[in-house]
Amino acid sequence: MERRSPAFTIFIYGCALLLAAIILAPIAWLFIMSISPAADLAAKPLRWWPQAADFSRYQTLLSTAENSAGAAFTSSLRNSLEISGMATLAALALAIPAGWAVSRTPAIGWSLSMVIATYMLPPVALAVPLYMGLSHLGLLNNVFGLALVYLTILAPFTTWLMKSGFDSIPREIEAAAMIDGAGLFQTLRIITLPLAAPVMATSALFAVLLAWDEFFYALLFTSDQRAKTLTVAIADLAGGRVSDYGLIATAGVLAALPPVLIGLIMQRALISGLTSGGVKG
Amino acid sequence: MSSTWMTTRAWLLMLPLLVVMVAVIGWPLVDTVGLSFTDAKLVGTGGNYVGFDNYTNMLSSSNFSRTLVTTTLFAVISVAAEMVIGVLAALLLNQQFHGRAILRALMILPWALPTVVNATLWRLIYNPEYGALNAALTQLNLIDAYRSWLGEPGTALTALIVADCWKNFPLVALIALAALQAVPRDITAASLVDGAGPFNRFRFVILPYLAGPLMVALVLRTIEAFKVFDIIWVMTRGGPANSTRTLSILVYQEAFSFQRAGSGASLALIVTLLVTVLAVAYAALVRKTAGSAA
Repeated sequence: MERRSPAFTIFIYGCALLLAAIILAPIAWLFIMSISPAADLAAKPLRWWPQAADFSRYQTLLSTAENSAGAAFTSSLRNSLEISGMATLAALALAIPAGWAVSRTPAIGWSLSMVIATYMLPPVALAVPLYMGLSHLGLLNNVFGLALVYLTILAPFTTWLMKSGFDSIPREIEAAAMIDGAGLFQTLRIITLPLAAPVMATSALFAVLLAWDEFFYALLFTSDQRAKTLTVAIADLAGGRVSDYGLIATAGVLAALPPVLIGLIMQRALISGLTSGGVKG
Repeated sequence: MSSTWMTTRAWLLMLPLLVVMVAVIGWPLVDTVGLSFTDAKLVGTGGNYVGFDNYTNMLSSSNFSRTLVTTTLFAVISVAAEMVIGVLAALLLNQQFHGRAILRALMILPWALPTVVNATLWRLIYNPEYGALNAALTQLNLIDAYRSWLGEPGTALTALIVADCWKNFPLVALIALAALQAVPRDITAASLVDGAGPFNRFRFVILPYLAGPLMVALVLRTIEAFKVFDIIWVMTRGGPANSTRTLSILVYQEAFSFQRAGSGASLALIVTLLVTVLAVAYAALVRKTAGSAA
Protein backbone atom coordinates (compact mmCIF):
# COMPACT_ATOMS: atom_id res chain seq x y z
CA MET A 1 0.00 0.00 0.00
CA GLU A 2 1.19 3.40 -0.98
CA ARG A 3 1.74 5.67 2.01
CA ARG A 4 -0.03 9.03 1.89
CA SER A 5 1.16 12.35 3.15
CA PRO A 6 -1.17 14.08 5.67
CA ALA A 7 -1.82 16.85 3.17
CA PHE A 8 -2.98 14.32 0.58
CA THR A 9 -5.25 12.64 3.13
CA ILE A 10 -6.86 15.99 3.97
CA PHE A 11 -7.26 16.65 0.24
CA ILE A 12 -9.00 13.26 -0.23
CA TYR A 13 -11.42 13.90 2.64
CA GLY A 14 -12.12 17.41 1.34
CA CYS A 15 -12.96 16.03 -2.11
CA ALA A 16 -15.13 13.28 -0.60
CA LEU A 17 -17.12 15.85 1.38
CA LEU A 18 -17.54 18.01 -1.73
CA LEU A 19 -18.78 15.03 -3.77
CA ALA A 20 -21.20 14.00 -1.03
CA ALA A 21 -22.52 17.58 -0.84
CA ILE A 22 -22.97 17.78 -4.63
CA ILE A 23 -24.93 14.51 -4.67
CA LEU A 24 -26.99 15.08 -1.54
CA ALA A 25 -27.80 18.80 -1.53
CA PRO A 26 -30.38 18.82 -4.36
CA ILE A 27 -32.07 15.63 -3.08
CA ALA A 28 -32.15 16.87 0.50
CA TRP A 29 -33.57 20.19 -0.70
CA LEU A 30 -36.37 18.36 -2.57
CA PHE A 31 -37.34 16.62 0.66
CA ILE A 32 -37.02 19.77 2.80
CA MET A 33 -39.25 21.68 0.36
CA SER A 34 -41.85 18.92 0.68
CA ILE A 35 -42.11 19.36 4.47
CA SER A 36 -41.59 23.14 4.75
CA PRO A 37 -44.63 25.37 5.34
CA ALA A 38 -45.44 27.41 2.21
CA ALA A 39 -44.58 30.64 4.06
CA ASP A 40 -41.03 29.42 4.76
CA LEU A 41 -40.48 28.61 1.08
CA ALA A 42 -41.62 32.08 0.00
CA ALA A 43 -39.65 33.89 2.72
CA LYS A 44 -36.85 36.28 1.81
CA PRO A 45 -34.21 35.54 2.90
CA LEU A 46 -35.17 31.94 2.26
CA ARG A 47 -35.61 29.79 5.37
CA TRP A 48 -33.45 26.71 4.69
CA TRP A 49 -34.82 24.66 7.55
CA PRO A 50 -38.56 24.52 8.38
CA GLN A 51 -39.58 25.84 11.78
CA ALA A 52 -41.95 22.89 12.06
CA ALA A 53 -42.05 19.87 9.75
CA ASP A 54 -45.30 19.78 7.84
CA PHE A 55 -46.23 16.41 6.33
CA SER A 56 -49.76 17.47 5.35
CA ARG A 57 -48.88 17.62 1.64
CA TYR A 58 -48.23 13.88 1.61
CA GLN A 59 -51.72 13.41 3.00
CA THR A 60 -53.15 15.80 0.40
CA LEU A 61 -51.55 13.98 -2.52
CA LEU A 62 -52.40 10.49 -1.30
CA SER A 63 -56.03 11.26 -0.53
CA THR A 64 -58.53 9.94 -3.04
CA ALA A 65 -61.31 12.46 -2.47
CA GLU A 66 -63.24 13.33 -5.64
CA ASN A 67 -61.77 16.20 -7.76
CA SER A 68 -58.94 16.93 -5.32
CA ALA A 69 -55.25 17.32 -6.21
CA GLY A 70 -54.91 13.91 -4.59
CA ALA A 71 -57.34 12.25 -6.99
CA ALA A 72 -55.26 13.27 -10.02
CA PHE A 73 -52.06 12.18 -8.31
CA THR A 74 -53.27 8.80 -7.04
CA SER A 75 -54.82 7.93 -10.40
CA SER A 76 -51.52 8.71 -12.15
CA LEU A 77 -49.72 6.61 -9.53
CA ARG A 78 -52.05 3.70 -10.24
CA ASN A 79 -51.64 4.15 -14.02
CA SER A 80 -47.85 4.17 -13.69
CA LEU A 81 -47.94 0.99 -11.60
CA GLU A 82 -50.30 -0.75 -14.03
CA ILE A 83 -48.43 0.30 -17.15
CA SER A 84 -44.95 -0.54 -15.82
CA GLY A 85 -46.23 -3.87 -14.51
CA MET A 86 -47.92 -4.89 -17.75
CA ALA A 87 -45.10 -3.68 -19.98
CA THR A 88 -42.50 -5.46 -17.83
CA LEU A 89 -44.38 -8.78 -17.87
CA ALA A 90 -44.93 -8.57 -21.61
CA ALA A 91 -41.28 -7.63 -22.24
CA LEU A 92 -40.05 -10.60 -20.17
CA ALA A 93 -42.48 -12.97 -21.91
CA LEU A 94 -40.90 -11.93 -25.23
CA ALA A 95 -37.33 -11.64 -23.95
CA ILE A 96 -36.91 -14.98 -22.17
CA PRO A 97 -37.52 -17.30 -25.17
CA ALA A 98 -35.77 -14.92 -27.58
CA GLY A 99 -32.77 -14.44 -25.27
CA TRP A 100 -32.37 -18.18 -24.82
CA ALA A 101 -32.70 -18.86 -28.55
CA VAL A 102 -30.00 -16.33 -29.46
CA SER A 103 -27.72 -17.50 -26.66
CA ARG A 104 -27.86 -21.15 -27.79
CA THR A 105 -28.05 -20.55 -31.54
CA PRO A 106 -25.50 -17.86 -32.45
CA ALA A 107 -26.48 -18.22 -36.14
CA ILE A 108 -29.56 -16.07 -35.49
CA GLY A 109 -27.67 -13.51 -33.41
CA TRP A 110 -27.91 -10.89 -36.16
CA SER A 111 -31.66 -10.62 -35.59
CA LEU A 112 -31.06 -9.56 -31.99
CA SER A 113 -28.41 -7.07 -33.15
CA MET A 114 -31.05 -5.51 -35.37
CA VAL A 115 -33.50 -5.33 -32.48
CA ILE A 116 -30.86 -3.69 -30.26
CA ALA A 117 -29.88 -1.22 -33.00
CA THR A 118 -33.36 0.30 -32.64
CA TYR A 119 -31.99 1.92 -29.47
CA MET A 120 -30.51 4.57 -31.76
CA LEU A 121 -33.92 5.58 -33.09
CA PRO A 122 -35.21 8.76 -31.50
CA PRO A 123 -38.79 8.16 -30.25
CA VAL A 124 -39.90 11.10 -32.41
CA ALA A 125 -39.18 8.92 -35.48
CA LEU A 126 -41.96 6.52 -34.45
CA ALA A 127 -44.31 8.92 -32.69
CA VAL A 128 -46.54 10.06 -35.57
CA PRO A 129 -47.45 6.59 -36.94
CA LEU A 130 -47.83 5.24 -33.40
CA TYR A 131 -50.19 8.10 -32.60
CA MET A 132 -52.22 7.44 -35.74
CA GLY A 133 -52.19 3.67 -35.13
CA LEU A 134 -53.28 3.93 -31.49
CA SER A 135 -55.98 6.40 -32.48
CA HIS A 136 -57.20 3.96 -35.17
CA LEU A 137 -57.35 1.11 -32.63
CA GLY A 138 -59.05 3.30 -30.01
CA LEU A 139 -56.03 2.87 -27.72
CA LEU A 140 -55.10 6.54 -27.26
CA ASN A 141 -55.35 7.61 -23.61
CA ASN A 142 -55.41 3.94 -22.62
CA VAL A 143 -53.10 2.04 -20.26
CA PHE A 144 -52.93 -1.00 -22.56
CA GLY A 145 -51.98 1.17 -25.53
CA LEU A 146 -49.19 2.90 -23.62
CA ALA A 147 -47.90 -0.43 -22.21
CA LEU A 148 -47.77 -1.75 -25.79
CA VAL A 149 -45.78 1.28 -26.95
CA TYR A 150 -43.38 0.87 -24.01
CA LEU A 151 -42.33 -2.48 -25.49
CA THR A 152 -40.36 -0.44 -28.07
CA ILE A 153 -38.05 0.53 -25.19
CA LEU A 154 -38.31 -2.43 -22.79
CA ALA A 155 -38.21 -5.47 -25.10
CA PRO A 156 -34.82 -4.85 -26.81
CA PHE A 157 -33.16 -4.05 -23.50
CA THR A 158 -34.53 -7.04 -21.55
CA THR A 159 -33.76 -9.43 -24.42
CA TRP A 160 -30.17 -8.26 -24.43
CA LEU A 161 -29.91 -8.71 -20.63
CA MET A 162 -31.51 -12.18 -20.77
CA LYS A 163 -29.21 -13.24 -23.61
CA SER A 164 -26.10 -12.32 -21.58
CA GLY A 165 -27.63 -14.11 -18.59
CA PHE A 166 -28.19 -17.35 -20.54
CA ASP A 167 -24.65 -17.02 -21.97
CA SER A 168 -23.28 -17.46 -18.44
CA ILE A 169 -25.24 -20.70 -17.89
CA PRO A 170 -23.17 -23.54 -19.42
CA ARG A 171 -24.92 -25.47 -22.20
CA GLU A 172 -23.35 -28.64 -20.79
CA ILE A 173 -25.82 -28.58 -17.87
CA GLU A 174 -28.71 -28.59 -20.35
CA ALA A 175 -27.04 -31.28 -22.47
CA ALA A 176 -26.57 -33.49 -19.40
CA ALA A 177 -30.24 -33.20 -18.45
CA MET A 178 -31.26 -34.10 -22.00
CA ILE A 179 -29.00 -37.16 -22.01
CA ASP A 180 -30.75 -38.23 -18.80
CA GLY A 181 -33.96 -38.23 -20.83
CA ALA A 182 -35.49 -34.84 -20.11
CA GLY A 183 -37.22 -33.13 -23.03
CA LEU A 184 -36.30 -29.61 -24.07
CA PHE A 185 -39.09 -27.83 -22.24
CA GLN A 186 -38.61 -30.00 -19.15
CA THR A 187 -34.89 -29.11 -19.19
CA LEU A 188 -35.64 -25.41 -19.50
CA ARG A 189 -38.22 -25.54 -16.72
CA ILE A 190 -36.18 -27.62 -14.26
CA ILE A 191 -32.61 -26.54 -15.03
CA THR A 192 -32.21 -23.36 -17.08
CA LEU A 193 -34.97 -21.05 -15.90
CA PRO A 194 -34.27 -21.52 -12.16
CA LEU A 195 -30.59 -20.78 -12.84
CA ALA A 196 -31.63 -17.70 -14.81
CA ALA A 197 -33.93 -16.42 -12.04
CA PRO A 198 -31.50 -13.73 -10.79
CA VAL A 199 -31.05 -12.37 -14.33
CA MET A 200 -34.80 -12.37 -14.81
CA ALA A 201 -35.20 -10.38 -11.59
CA THR A 202 -32.55 -7.87 -12.70
CA SER A 203 -34.16 -7.53 -16.14
CA ALA A 204 -37.56 -7.02 -14.56
CA LEU A 205 -36.24 -4.29 -12.24
CA PHE A 206 -34.52 -2.48 -15.12
CA ALA A 207 -37.71 -2.75 -17.19
CA VAL A 208 -39.81 -1.31 -14.35
CA LEU A 209 -37.33 1.57 -13.93
CA LEU A 210 -37.39 2.35 -17.67
CA ALA A 211 -41.19 2.30 -17.81
CA TRP A 212 -41.53 4.35 -14.61
CA ASP A 213 -39.15 6.98 -16.04
CA GLU A 214 -40.75 7.25 -19.50
CA PHE A 215 -42.20 10.65 -20.37
CA PHE A 216 -42.28 11.36 -24.10
CA TYR A 217 -44.81 8.73 -25.24
CA ALA A 218 -46.89 9.24 -22.09
CA LEU A 219 -47.08 12.98 -22.83
CA LEU A 220 -48.21 12.33 -26.40
CA PHE A 221 -50.57 9.41 -25.97
CA THR A 222 -52.43 10.21 -22.73
CA SER A 223 -54.76 13.09 -21.96
CA ASP A 224 -56.60 12.54 -18.67
CA GLN A 225 -56.80 10.54 -15.44
CA ARG A 226 -57.67 7.32 -17.29
CA ALA A 227 -54.10 6.87 -18.52
CA LYS A 228 -51.86 9.81 -17.49
CA THR A 229 -48.71 8.52 -15.82
CA LEU A 230 -46.81 9.97 -12.85
CA THR A 231 -44.20 11.65 -15.05
CA VAL A 232 -46.91 13.53 -16.97
CA ALA A 233 -48.74 14.41 -13.75
CA ILE A 234 -45.54 15.88 -12.29
CA ALA A 235 -44.73 17.80 -15.46
CA ASP A 236 -48.30 19.18 -15.33
CA LEU A 237 -47.77 20.29 -11.74
CA ALA A 238 -44.37 21.83 -12.52
CA GLY A 239 -45.66 23.66 -15.59
CA GLY A 240 -49.02 24.70 -14.16
CA ARG A 241 -49.95 27.55 -11.88
CA VAL A 242 -49.47 25.70 -8.62
CA SER A 243 -48.58 28.35 -6.07
CA ASP A 244 -47.28 25.93 -3.45
CA TYR A 245 -43.86 24.70 -4.59
CA GLY A 246 -43.83 22.30 -1.66
CA LEU A 247 -46.66 20.35 -3.28
CA ILE A 248 -44.64 19.90 -6.49
CA ALA A 249 -41.66 18.76 -4.40
CA THR A 250 -43.86 16.28 -2.53
CA ALA A 251 -45.07 14.75 -5.80
CA GLY A 252 -41.41 14.48 -6.84
CA VAL A 253 -40.42 12.73 -3.61
CA LEU A 254 -43.27 10.22 -3.94
CA ALA A 255 -42.47 9.49 -7.60
CA ALA A 256 -38.75 9.12 -6.85
CA LEU A 257 -39.19 6.82 -3.86
CA PRO A 258 -39.77 3.48 -5.68
CA PRO A 259 -36.88 3.79 -8.20
CA VAL A 260 -34.49 5.17 -5.56
CA LEU A 261 -35.26 2.22 -3.25
CA ILE A 262 -34.84 -0.23 -6.14
CA GLY A 263 -31.54 1.45 -7.05
CA LEU A 264 -30.16 1.21 -3.53
CA ILE A 265 -31.24 -2.43 -3.15
CA MET A 266 -29.90 -3.41 -6.57
CA GLN A 267 -26.57 -1.81 -5.77
CA ARG A 268 -26.30 -3.79 -2.56
CA ALA A 269 -26.83 -6.98 -4.59
CA LEU A 270 -24.19 -5.80 -7.04
CA ILE A 271 -21.61 -5.05 -4.34
CA SER A 272 -22.27 -8.33 -2.49
CA GLY A 273 -21.83 -10.15 -5.81
CA LEU A 274 -18.49 -8.43 -6.32
CA THR A 275 -17.19 -9.19 -2.83
CA SER A 276 -18.27 -12.85 -2.91
CA GLY A 277 -16.49 -13.16 -6.26
CA GLY A 278 -13.42 -11.63 -4.61
CA VAL A 279 -13.50 -14.18 -1.79
CA LYS A 280 -13.74 -17.08 -4.21
CA GLY A 281 -11.06 -15.67 -6.52
CA MET B 1 -30.34 -33.25 -33.30
CA SER B 2 -29.99 -31.67 -36.72
CA SER B 3 -28.75 -28.13 -36.92
CA THR B 4 -31.58 -27.15 -39.29
CA TRP B 5 -34.09 -28.09 -36.61
CA MET B 6 -32.02 -26.20 -34.00
CA THR B 7 -32.11 -23.08 -36.16
CA THR B 8 -35.83 -23.44 -36.95
CA ARG B 9 -36.57 -23.88 -33.25
CA ALA B 10 -34.51 -20.79 -32.41
CA TRP B 11 -36.44 -18.75 -34.98
CA LEU B 12 -39.73 -20.00 -33.54
CA LEU B 13 -38.69 -18.83 -30.05
CA MET B 14 -37.56 -15.52 -31.51
CA LEU B 15 -40.79 -15.06 -33.48
CA PRO B 16 -43.00 -13.40 -30.81
CA LEU B 17 -40.34 -10.74 -30.15
CA LEU B 18 -39.83 -10.12 -33.86
CA VAL B 19 -43.56 -9.84 -34.56
CA VAL B 20 -44.01 -7.27 -31.79
CA MET B 21 -40.90 -5.34 -32.84
CA VAL B 22 -42.14 -5.18 -36.45
CA ALA B 23 -45.53 -3.96 -35.19
CA VAL B 24 -44.31 -1.24 -32.82
CA ILE B 25 -40.99 -0.22 -34.43
CA GLY B 26 -40.65 -1.59 -37.98
CA TRP B 27 -44.02 -0.56 -39.34
CA PRO B 28 -44.04 2.91 -37.70
CA LEU B 29 -40.56 3.61 -39.08
CA VAL B 30 -41.58 2.62 -42.62
CA ASP B 31 -44.74 4.68 -42.24
CA THR B 32 -42.70 7.68 -41.08
CA VAL B 33 -40.61 7.38 -44.25
CA GLY B 34 -43.81 7.34 -46.34
CA LEU B 35 -45.29 10.31 -44.46
CA SER B 36 -42.12 12.34 -44.90
CA PHE B 37 -42.84 12.60 -48.64
CA THR B 38 -46.36 13.95 -48.11
CA ASP B 39 -48.01 17.08 -46.74
CA ALA B 40 -50.16 14.96 -44.38
CA LYS B 41 -51.67 16.54 -41.29
CA LEU B 42 -51.75 14.78 -37.92
CA VAL B 43 -55.49 14.20 -38.15
CA GLY B 44 -57.60 13.79 -41.27
CA THR B 45 -56.81 12.25 -44.63
CA GLY B 46 -53.52 11.00 -46.03
CA GLY B 47 -52.15 14.11 -47.71
CA ASN B 48 -50.50 14.52 -51.13
CA TYR B 49 -47.15 13.35 -52.40
CA VAL B 50 -44.71 16.26 -52.37
CA GLY B 51 -41.41 14.51 -53.16
CA PHE B 52 -38.40 15.83 -51.27
CA ASP B 53 -40.00 19.20 -50.52
CA ASN B 54 -40.24 18.55 -46.76
CA TYR B 55 -36.56 17.66 -46.62
CA THR B 56 -35.32 20.61 -48.65
CA ASN B 57 -37.57 23.06 -46.77
CA MET B 58 -36.44 21.69 -43.44
CA LEU B 59 -32.72 21.56 -44.23
CA SER B 60 -32.73 25.11 -45.59
CA SER B 61 -34.72 26.61 -42.70
CA SER B 62 -32.91 28.71 -40.14
CA ASN B 63 -34.94 26.95 -37.41
CA PHE B 64 -33.24 23.69 -38.29
CA SER B 65 -29.68 24.99 -38.40
CA ARG B 66 -30.10 26.91 -35.16
CA THR B 67 -31.64 23.88 -33.44
CA LEU B 68 -28.86 21.65 -34.71
CA VAL B 69 -26.28 24.01 -33.18
CA THR B 70 -28.17 24.08 -29.85
CA THR B 71 -28.45 20.28 -29.79
CA THR B 72 -24.75 19.85 -30.59
CA LEU B 73 -23.77 22.36 -27.90
CA PHE B 74 -25.95 20.61 -25.34
CA ALA B 75 -24.67 17.13 -26.25
CA VAL B 76 -20.97 18.00 -26.51
CA ILE B 77 -20.72 20.16 -23.38
CA SER B 78 -22.87 18.01 -21.10
CA VAL B 79 -21.28 14.70 -22.18
CA ALA B 80 -17.75 16.12 -21.94
CA ALA B 81 -18.45 17.51 -18.47
CA GLU B 82 -20.02 14.23 -17.36
CA MET B 83 -16.96 12.30 -18.56
CA VAL B 84 -14.44 14.56 -16.82
CA ILE B 85 -16.37 14.86 -13.53
CA GLY B 86 -17.26 11.16 -13.64
CA VAL B 87 -13.63 10.05 -14.03
CA LEU B 88 -12.47 12.44 -11.29
CA ALA B 89 -15.16 11.08 -8.95
CA ALA B 90 -14.14 7.51 -9.81
CA LEU B 91 -10.45 8.26 -9.09
CA LEU B 92 -11.54 9.65 -5.72
CA LEU B 93 -13.77 6.65 -4.94
CA ASN B 94 -10.85 4.36 -5.80
CA GLN B 95 -8.80 5.88 -2.94
CA GLN B 96 -9.11 4.52 0.58
CA PHE B 97 -10.96 6.66 3.11
CA HIS B 98 -13.60 6.24 5.79
CA GLY B 99 -17.13 6.40 4.45
CA ARG B 100 -16.14 5.33 0.95
CA ALA B 101 -18.78 2.56 0.81
CA ILE B 102 -21.53 5.01 1.77
CA LEU B 103 -20.39 7.60 -0.76
CA ARG B 104 -20.30 4.93 -3.46
CA ALA B 105 -23.85 3.87 -2.57
CA LEU B 106 -25.02 7.51 -2.73
CA MET B 107 -23.83 7.74 -6.33
CA ILE B 108 -26.81 5.63 -7.40
CA LEU B 109 -29.29 8.30 -6.21
CA PRO B 110 -29.15 10.81 -9.11
CA TRP B 111 -29.16 7.91 -11.57
CA ALA B 112 -32.28 6.42 -9.95
CA LEU B 113 -34.16 9.72 -9.72
CA PRO B 114 -36.71 9.83 -12.59
CA THR B 115 -35.68 12.29 -15.33
CA VAL B 116 -38.89 14.30 -14.93
CA VAL B 117 -38.41 14.55 -11.16
CA ASN B 118 -34.83 15.71 -11.72
CA ALA B 119 -36.02 18.35 -14.19
CA THR B 120 -38.75 19.51 -11.80
CA LEU B 121 -36.30 19.67 -8.89
CA TRP B 122 -33.87 21.88 -10.83
CA ARG B 123 -36.71 24.01 -12.13
CA LEU B 124 -37.60 24.73 -8.50
CA ILE B 125 -33.94 25.39 -7.62
CA TYR B 126 -33.66 27.90 -10.51
CA ASN B 127 -37.00 29.55 -9.70
CA PRO B 128 -36.67 33.34 -10.28
CA GLU B 129 -38.68 34.35 -7.18
CA TYR B 130 -38.19 31.69 -4.55
CA GLY B 131 -35.47 29.43 -5.93
CA ALA B 132 -32.70 28.02 -3.75
CA LEU B 133 -29.95 29.08 -6.17
CA ASN B 134 -30.98 32.75 -6.03
CA ALA B 135 -31.33 32.56 -2.25
CA ALA B 136 -27.93 30.92 -1.78
CA LEU B 137 -26.08 33.26 -4.14
CA THR B 138 -27.71 36.32 -2.56
CA GLN B 139 -26.96 35.20 0.98
CA LEU B 140 -23.34 34.61 -0.07
CA ASN B 141 -23.32 38.11 -1.62
CA LEU B 142 -22.41 36.70 -5.03
CA ILE B 143 -25.36 38.35 -6.79
CA ASP B 144 -27.25 41.55 -5.92
CA ALA B 145 -30.67 40.70 -7.32
CA TYR B 146 -32.58 37.51 -8.03
CA ARG B 147 -32.18 36.30 -11.61
CA SER B 148 -34.37 34.26 -13.92
CA TRP B 149 -31.85 31.52 -14.74
CA LEU B 150 -34.20 29.62 -17.05
CA GLY B 151 -35.89 32.76 -18.35
CA GLU B 152 -32.85 34.44 -19.91
CA PRO B 153 -31.46 33.12 -23.22
CA GLY B 154 -27.94 33.73 -21.92
CA THR B 155 -28.15 31.32 -18.97
CA ALA B 156 -30.94 28.86 -19.80
CA LEU B 157 -28.86 26.34 -21.77
CA THR B 158 -26.08 26.35 -19.16
CA ALA B 159 -28.64 25.84 -16.39
CA LEU B 160 -30.05 22.85 -18.29
CA ILE B 161 -26.59 21.37 -18.85
CA VAL B 162 -25.81 21.60 -15.11
CA ALA B 163 -29.06 19.76 -14.28
CA ASP B 164 -28.34 17.08 -16.89
CA CYS B 165 -24.74 16.61 -15.70
CA TRP B 166 -25.79 16.24 -12.09
CA LYS B 167 -28.05 13.35 -13.03
CA ASN B 168 -25.67 11.59 -15.40
CA PHE B 169 -22.09 11.98 -14.14
CA PRO B 170 -22.57 9.40 -11.32
CA LEU B 171 -23.25 6.66 -13.88
CA VAL B 172 -20.00 7.50 -15.70
CA ALA B 173 -18.27 7.47 -12.30
CA LEU B 174 -19.62 3.99 -11.45
CA ILE B 175 -18.55 2.63 -14.86
CA ALA B 176 -15.09 4.18 -14.52
CA LEU B 177 -14.77 2.92 -10.95
CA ALA B 178 -15.48 -0.66 -12.03
CA ALA B 179 -12.78 -0.29 -14.70
CA LEU B 180 -10.31 1.21 -12.20
CA GLN B 181 -10.80 -1.73 -9.87
CA ALA B 182 -9.78 -4.03 -12.70
CA VAL B 183 -6.32 -2.39 -12.94
CA PRO B 184 -3.89 -4.97 -11.49
CA ARG B 185 -2.22 -3.72 -8.29
CA ASP B 186 1.24 -4.99 -9.32
CA ILE B 187 1.19 -2.80 -12.43
CA THR B 188 0.52 0.41 -10.48
CA ALA B 189 3.09 -0.72 -7.91
CA ALA B 190 5.67 -1.35 -10.66
CA SER B 191 5.07 2.09 -12.16
CA LEU B 192 5.65 3.61 -8.71
CA VAL B 193 8.94 1.73 -8.38
CA ASP B 194 9.90 2.98 -11.83
CA GLY B 195 9.32 6.51 -10.57
CA ALA B 196 6.28 7.51 -12.63
CA GLY B 197 4.57 10.68 -11.37
CA PRO B 198 0.81 10.83 -10.80
CA PHE B 199 0.07 12.29 -14.24
CA ASN B 200 2.22 9.82 -16.15
CA ARG B 201 0.79 7.02 -14.07
CA PHE B 202 -2.75 8.09 -15.01
CA ARG B 203 -1.92 8.63 -18.68
CA PHE B 204 0.14 5.48 -19.38
CA VAL B 205 -0.87 2.97 -16.72
CA ILE B 206 -4.49 3.64 -15.75
CA LEU B 207 -6.04 5.30 -18.81
CA PRO B 208 -5.57 2.26 -21.11
CA TYR B 209 -7.77 0.26 -18.71
CA LEU B 210 -10.39 3.03 -18.66
CA ALA B 211 -10.46 3.70 -22.40
CA GLY B 212 -12.73 0.80 -23.45
CA PRO B 213 -15.51 1.17 -20.85
CA LEU B 214 -15.38 4.97 -21.11
CA MET B 215 -15.77 4.87 -24.88
CA VAL B 216 -18.90 2.75 -24.50
CA ALA B 217 -20.28 5.19 -21.92
CA LEU B 218 -19.37 8.09 -24.22
CA VAL B 219 -21.24 6.55 -27.17
CA LEU B 220 -24.38 5.79 -25.19
CA ARG B 221 -24.44 9.16 -23.45
CA THR B 222 -23.85 11.09 -26.69
CA ILE B 223 -26.68 9.28 -28.48
CA GLU B 224 -28.98 9.99 -25.54
CA ALA B 225 -27.93 13.63 -25.27
CA PHE B 226 -28.55 14.09 -29.00
CA LYS B 227 -32.08 12.71 -28.63
CA VAL B 228 -32.77 14.76 -25.46
CA PHE B 229 -36.39 15.75 -24.88
CA ASP B 230 -37.71 15.15 -21.35
CA ILE B 231 -35.47 17.41 -19.26
CA ILE B 232 -35.78 20.30 -21.71
CA TRP B 233 -39.53 19.97 -22.11
CA VAL B 234 -40.10 20.07 -18.36
CA MET B 235 -37.62 22.86 -17.61
CA THR B 236 -37.99 25.31 -20.52
CA ARG B 237 -40.08 23.77 -23.35
CA GLY B 238 -37.30 24.95 -25.67
CA GLY B 239 -37.50 28.60 -24.60
CA PRO B 240 -36.78 31.38 -23.85
CA ALA B 241 -36.75 32.67 -27.44
CA ASN B 242 -36.02 29.09 -28.60
CA SER B 243 -32.57 29.27 -27.00
CA THR B 244 -32.84 25.72 -25.60
CA ARG B 245 -34.81 24.15 -28.45
CA THR B 246 -33.23 20.82 -29.43
CA LEU B 247 -34.02 18.65 -32.45
CA SER B 248 -36.49 16.40 -30.61
CA ILE B 249 -38.37 19.47 -29.33
CA LEU B 250 -38.49 20.88 -32.85
CA VAL B 251 -39.93 17.61 -34.22
CA TYR B 252 -42.52 17.60 -31.43
CA GLN B 253 -43.57 21.17 -32.24
CA GLU B 254 -43.71 20.52 -35.98
CA ALA B 255 -45.63 17.21 -35.82
CA PHE B 256 -47.82 17.67 -32.75
CA SER B 257 -48.12 21.39 -31.90
CA PHE B 258 -48.50 22.49 -35.55
CA GLN B 259 -49.92 19.08 -36.58
CA ARG B 260 -47.73 18.98 -39.70
CA ALA B 261 -47.19 15.21 -39.66
CA GLY B 262 -45.42 15.09 -43.05
CA SER B 263 -42.79 17.71 -42.40
CA GLY B 264 -42.39 16.49 -38.80
CA ALA B 265 -41.68 13.00 -40.14
CA SER B 266 -39.01 14.30 -42.53
CA LEU B 267 -37.31 16.12 -39.65
CA ALA B 268 -37.52 13.02 -37.43
CA LEU B 269 -35.76 11.01 -40.14
CA ILE B 270 -33.04 13.64 -40.52
CA VAL B 271 -32.43 13.36 -36.75
CA THR B 272 -32.41 9.54 -37.01
CA LEU B 273 -29.83 9.75 -39.80
CA LEU B 274 -27.62 12.10 -37.76
CA VAL B 275 -27.77 9.79 -34.73
CA THR B 276 -26.97 6.77 -36.91
CA VAL B 277 -23.94 8.46 -38.49
CA LEU B 278 -22.78 9.44 -35.01
CA ALA B 279 -23.24 5.88 -33.70
CA VAL B 280 -21.43 4.26 -36.66
CA ALA B 281 -18.52 6.69 -36.36
CA TYR B 282 -18.31 6.01 -32.65
CA ALA B 283 -18.54 2.24 -33.11
CA ALA B 284 -15.48 2.41 -35.37
CA LEU B 285 -13.71 4.50 -32.73
CA VAL B 286 -14.63 2.03 -29.96
CA ARG B 287 -13.25 -0.87 -31.98
CA LYS B 288 -10.01 1.07 -32.55
CA THR B 289 -9.68 2.00 -28.85
CA ALA B 290 -10.43 -1.56 -27.76
CA GLY B 291 -7.84 -2.81 -30.25
CA SER B 292 -5.09 -0.45 -29.08
CA ALA B 293 -5.83 -1.02 -25.38
CA ALA B 294 -5.59 -4.80 -25.68
